[in-house]
Amino acid sequence: MKKYELTCIQCPIGCALTVTVDGDNVTVDGNTCPRGRVYGINEVTHPSRTVTSTVYIEGGALPRLSVKTKTDIPKDKIFDVMAEIKKKKTKAPVNSGDVIIENVCGTGVDVIATKTVKEK
Amino acid sequence: MKHYDIVIIGGGPAGLAAAVSAHEAGAKDILILERDERLGGILNQCIHNGFGLHTFKEELTGPEYAERYIKKVLEYGIPYKLKSIVADISDKREILYISAEEGAVTIEAGAIVLAMGCRERPRGALGIPGYRPAGIFTAGTAQRLMNIEGYLVGKKVFILGSGDIGLIMARRMTLEGAEVKCVAELMPYSGGLNRNIVQCLNDFNIPLKLSHTVTKIHGKERVTGITISKVDENRRPIPGTEEYYDCDTLLLSCGLLPENELSKSAGVALDRVTGGPVVDDKLQTSVPGIFACGNVLHVHDLVDYVSEEAERAGYQAYRYAAGETANGGETVKLTVGHGVRYTVPQSIDAGTMADSVIVRFRVADVYRDRSIAVYYDGKLIKRTKKRIMAPGEMEQISVRKDSFAEKTPDTITVCVED
Repeated sequence: MKKYELTCIQCPIGCALTVTVDGDNVTVDGNTCPRGRVYGINEVTHPSRTVTSTVYIEGGALPRLSVKTKTDIPKDKIFDVMAEIKKKKTKAPVNSGDVIIENVCGTGVDVIATKTVKEK
Repeated sequence: MKHYDIVIIGGGPAGLAAAVSAHEAGAKDILILERDERLGGILNQCIHNGFGLHTFKEELTGPEYAERYIKKVLEYGIPYKLKSIVADISDKREILYISAEEGAVTIEAGAIVLAMGCRERPRGALGIPGYRPAGIFTAGTAQRLMNIEGYLVGKKVFILGSGDIGLIMARRMTLEGAEVKCVAELMPYSGGLNRNIVQCLNDFNIPLKLSHTVTKIHGKERVTGITISKVDENRRPIPGTEEYYDCDTLLLSCGLLPENELSKSAGVALDRVTGGPVVDDKLQTSVPGIFACGNVLHVHDLVDYVSEEAERAGYQAYRYAAGETANGGETVKLTVGHGVRYTVPQSIDAGTMADSVIVRFRVADVYRDRSIAVYYDGKLIKRTKKRIMAPGEMEQISVRKDSFAEKTPDTITVCVED
């Protein structure tokens, strides 16, 4: 059995959650609404985050292109994904929404541009 | 002198939304003046996500949010001038702007929308003793250098102030390989949103020290470390509580100040608490035909509310320029009682008000299980229970026109009660 102390981020109240994992059985205490329960369960079973960063862009009107993972990726892959993003170099022009890295670190999620950068 | 029906000062989120809404209302002759090289304002450097949940019902990054509005400005063909800085506005709505291409130009506006945004409280305004070595940045400056120019401003970082930009930068610098030692906050509560504390600090095990401040900056050429101290309930450092941190960079996230030099030159009256113009329910300032919205009016925590407010300002500027507004004559003053720091707007024109007027405000402290109470001339009208209220989260009430049916009050008071 494992216990996790979390702060719920579903609304400004910020309930202090205690999530208990006992095999397949996950219970949430301290939440004051159903959304808190769902948040607590997800946070301990498969926490995920959107990663945002920038990549080098050659010949662009700006020196950096802002990017994000198109959807959330597993939280424990954040630094692996960052390492891939740091290695990436791209060329202008790029439109917001263009895929910059496909299926980053085997997550099944693409890294996409969040800015339109024209040629210099 | 060239005339425009509506001139919008600033091409950030507020200016863009005001321009779009003025155009959609029917304005044909709009000009946006922007001092930066591109439209979008501060959103261009806010590459993190979390924008647009209210406006677009999806989570966007700052640049994506800006692009939605920029696309509309381009689609509508609304004229804008970049690298054009406004130097003066007169009370007759004459605007002097300067650009490398045109030199100094004076234009005249039927209505003006002030949308200049805010700036960060700098080190000089904080009174931290010590030398002035390199390595001290406001969090927003570090954010710009990192996300737009591509520079990592330091490797061992200490952050003073738990405002949202500081929290966001704690995560950003960690992801880029810097070691963020700690965030210190003078107040006993954080100034940032809860989700940012969880996702930017807790996720990366960065400690947050409440009721602490920086009492010394070490280093002559470059920051070599800082000393923090615990503060008492009067925010005075407590001797003997000093702790030294080895770091090469200090980021400051200690509050935002509406940028109102131009408003002052136009003779616009400012509110001492918000630092922004005093406005009525049309978001019109004390100078007729000059409107204000976004962070120049009062500092917001969500861009979604900036856009919504700016849409109203743009619409009202259009009506003023088209000669559609008249003074209703019955002014209701909004005042604050216990626990409320300010309201925006500060007055409502009962004769010309919309069916419902949104009044936004901030509370003075963290309150649990209290109520927001609204009084008309001392008579309780409405009480709303709140589980939690905090200075970092803007609150709002709506004032309905039909609530004045019996008698229009002279004063509406908003306060926090048990």
